[in-house]
Amino acid sequence: MSKQFLFDGRPVRFEEGQTILQAARAAGHYIPHLCWHPDFPPHGSCKLCIVKVAGRHVSSCALPAKEGMEVESNTPEINGERRALVQMLFVEGNHFCPSCEKSGNCELQALAYDLEMMGERFAHFFPDRPVDASHPEMLLDFNRCIFCELCVRASREVDGKSVFALTGRGIHKHLVVNAESGRLGDTDFSADDMAANICPVGVIVRKRVGFATPIGARKYDDKPIHLVDMEDGK
Amino acid sequence: MSTPRPKVRIATTSLAGCFGCHMSFLDIDELLFDLVEVAEFDRSPLTDIKHCGPCDIGLIEGGVCNAENVHVLREFRHNCKTLIAVGACAINGGLPAQRNHLELESCLREVYQSRAGLGQGGVPDDPELPLLLDKVRPIHELVRIDYFIPGCPPSGEAIWKFLSDLIAGRTPRLSYPMMRFD
Repeated sequence: MSKQFLFDGRPVRFEEGQTILQAARAAGHYIPHLCWHPDFPPHGSCKLCIVKVAGRHVSSCALPAKEGMEVESNTPEINGERRALVQMLFVEGNHFCPSCEKSGNCELQALAYDLEMMGERFAHFFPDRPVDASHPEMLLDFNRCIFCELCVRASREVDGKSVFALTGRGIHKHLVVNAESGRLGDTDFSADDMAANICPVGVIVRKRVGFATPIGARKYDDKPIHLVDMEDGK
Repeated sequence: MSTPRPKVRIATTSLAGCFGCHMSFLDIDELLFDLVEVAEFDRSPLTDIKHCGPCDIGLIEGGVCNAENVHVLREFRHNCKTLIAVGACAINGGLPAQRNHLELESCLREVYQSRAGLGQGGVPDDPELPLLLDKVRPIHELVRIDYFIPGCPPSGEAIWKFLSDLIAGRTPRLSYPMMRFD
């Protein structure tokens, strides 16, 4: 007989070894996330998936479910904290949605919508992050990077190319390209790589198709991410 | 007989903005008739009143890019009970803030000295011109802001929903389709 825990007061069954997030999703309950991806081990860096277990904040992507746990997730308190995290991500980079071709398909923006982030609350850093347009098919716009490392992990573990890495600390942290010149055009990166298609925001984008799908007809334009993400079945 | 409820007084301005949010505000079309039943306008491009008096609601479009913007923003904060940031530029600096990673002097040289046909007069320095700030700032970094209406611009529908909620005494809230940052 499978075990169960309580997710926002509702019983959720789980198999031994499943994380809270995996078990909740399997039972149809959405937990916000940015750095988590079903194909990779938990990264635990974005903290959007925080839930409260016995009064403590934990990353639900990383903590194994336990029999009888009481998990709070979709509460005003935790969603308020998630909103603050999204606001920090916004002010830490240069997220100028009106000119971003990822707008409407962007997970960061979709989470901001879903968490009703009306303003950005904190002071903006306006970091200087020049773009890299050296690759014939792909563009890197570092202004939008949220350091989820999905491209780093995909390139290293799936594509076997290790094209990306993070370097630096604090506000100086940034994504770098593994080439002597530091330019994407000087790597064996391909538009078919998993890393080319995994960016949740608008850093790694395909050239010449930016507005093929018009604004208004995009993934999160009509439906919030808590519905779209569960339909994806990932 | 009860006395008629006094009209809500609204002021609006565009700082470092493009007046797109004001145009979007006008997109409420015939709802403007409903609005003037319950509201009147103080300082605004719609009235051409030059300075803001005591108001209930202030709508600010645009971020802060020069000294005049700072003065106008402070005048609004001083006079408006409720101050609302309208649109991307007021909320995060928007398009004008795209100059923030460049040095101001090099921007001015690029525009006024390096371009063909513009090299004659040099960088304008008329005392009438407000001094530029080294960075364009969202308005919440200068004064307290009570509400934010995101969008570039927010739809007329979103602006109306917000204003009508506020005037009716409800907590203003946008529905999902009205929440747009683009």
